Amino acid sequence: MSEILSILEKGITSPEQIAVMLDMDEKAVEAEIKKYKEEKIVLGSKTLIDWEKAGINKVTAFIELKVTPQHGEGFDKIAERIYQYENVKTLWLMSGGFDIGLIIEGKTMKEVALFVAERLAPMDQILSTATHFVLRTYKDSGIVFNKKAIDERGFVTL
Amino acid sequence: MIDLESLLNPEVASIPPSGIRKFFDIAAEMKDAISLGVGEPDFVTPWHIREAGIYSLEKGHTYYTSNSGLKELREEISLYQKRRFSLSYDPEQEILVTVGGSEAIDLMIRSVVAPGDEVLIPEPSFVCYSPCTKLAGGVAVPLITKEEDDFRLTAEALRAAITDKTKLLIMPFPNNPTGAVMPRESLLEIAEVLRDTNVLVLSDEIYGELTYTGKHVSIAEIEGMRERTVVVGGFSKAFAMTGWRLGFACGPAPLLSMMRKVHQYAIMCAPTVSQYAAVEAMRHGDDDIEMMKKEYNYRRRVIVDGFRKMGLSCFEPGGAFYAFPSIKKTGMKSMEFAEKLLNEEKIAVVPGDAFGASGEGFIRCSYAYSIDNINEALERIGRFVKKYI
Repeated sequence: MSEILSILEKGITSPEQIAVMLDMDEKAVEAEIKKYKEEKIVLGSKTLIDWEKAGINKVTAFIELKVTPQHGEGFDKIAERIYQYENVKTLWLMSGGFDIGLIIEGKTMKEVALFVAERLAPMDQILSTATHFVLRTYKDSGIVFNKKAIDERGFVTL
Repeated sequence: MIDLESLLNPEVASIPPSGIRKFFDIAAEMKDAISLGVGEPDFVTPWHIREAGIYSLEKGHTYYTSNSGLKELREEISLYQKRRFSLSYDPEQEILVTVGGSEAIDLMIRSVVAPGDEVLIPEPSFVCYSPCTKLAGGVAVPLITKEEDDFRLTAEALRAAITDKTKLLIMPFPNNPTGAVMPRESLLEIAEVLRDTNVLVLSDEIYGELTYTGKHVSIAEIEGMRERTVVVGGFSKAFAMTGWRLGFACGPAPLLSMMRKVHQYAIMCAPTVSQYAAVEAMRHGDDDIEMMKKEYNYRRRVIVDGFRKMGLSCFEPGGAFYAFPSIKKTGMKSMEFAEKLLNEEKIAVVPGDAFGASGEGFIRCSYAYSIDNINEALERIGRFVKKYI
């Protein structure tokens, strides 16, 4: 039931709460969630943190890669070689002007730049790289950063 | 010194100010209080609609529109009423764009009610119908709806209330504050009573889109009812556009032309920027409605479940965004309950009697709040209720 997935995605994970929201039996919701986890439809969950506000330096970069697909393997093999690195947070096969897009996190710009230069660029299949550093996050995963949620409505209205 | 009191219109002066104003003011002052008292969506107007408003300003659309409203918008409203509620209205003669649904209600009452005419108003309901009736010189006759009837207007109650002086029946469904809806079979019974009378109908369908138990049915859709009915709708609730102040009335041309006349002299036209934004809402906003409705429905179930779990009887609201639990078990009056709850747990709710004497024994709790907010409020109300039942 895709509605359970949509609610899970919002960060509401209690089967009891979801059951009430969907007017379902709690046990049935629990079973569904278990199934989703087993089938790897639900992969995990994360907390979104504004690291800048927390005063912790993190450098994020978006990297474009042009690669030569391998015979019989397509892009999967090279993708696998790259995503095994811990600091590669996201990796996509892309359409358009480049083939693979990835998001890397590091402590410093140098660390990220060296990762590209020393780890990615030398790989045989990689033809070229382009590194774009993130300067500011305005919105991530549907959540706007640096915006105070103020309820401007009157306190009580009829 | 001039004695202003003596110069006031006695009709206006005789209308009591909202009795719970003081309570509202105290609530608003209280820091860290959580409110379940708001009668408007918590969603901000969808961005594409706001953007359309901004573009209209950029293009310099800052003039009056025609009295009836932008032709483009009336055409869209006509399509919308057809698409969403199976209602057909001619954009030229039968649709009027107003300053919120509220203006449309006032216009209709002023256009048809003559001094001494009786207006039948189901109760509990939104607070404007009775004062508007009085201002028009009419007599407001409450029709009490009961929890055991799912707060629906019954044919018997209606039949018993109709007299030679009855001019107008207000149909405020989905209802604020009870959340009651009138399904087709109930409307058929009402239509049966009205059919051989000259009673007109003002169907306030501002919450029509927010119906969770089946599809909203307008009384104008029932055979023989269109000719006597003015349907009031608006953008505030369905599209989260309260501050834009935009609504509309749809009805037979002779009624609408009277309303247009009052509107023309009192208002001129609805705000132009809001009308351009509304065109966008009508054209591309159906998905927004569905998204918000889904979210309200989740919250509706959470709040009703919460009240029932704490041992209060809570009618299942079929529409709008209010729960209307009974607090009779606590032995308290609605106002007393609301005041104590505010003082002891810092939760603001609206005493049911704010919506008419028949609302005594109930409280209105809006669920136009985030689930987290509702959960926190329910926890506090539960703690409070436990002390008294």
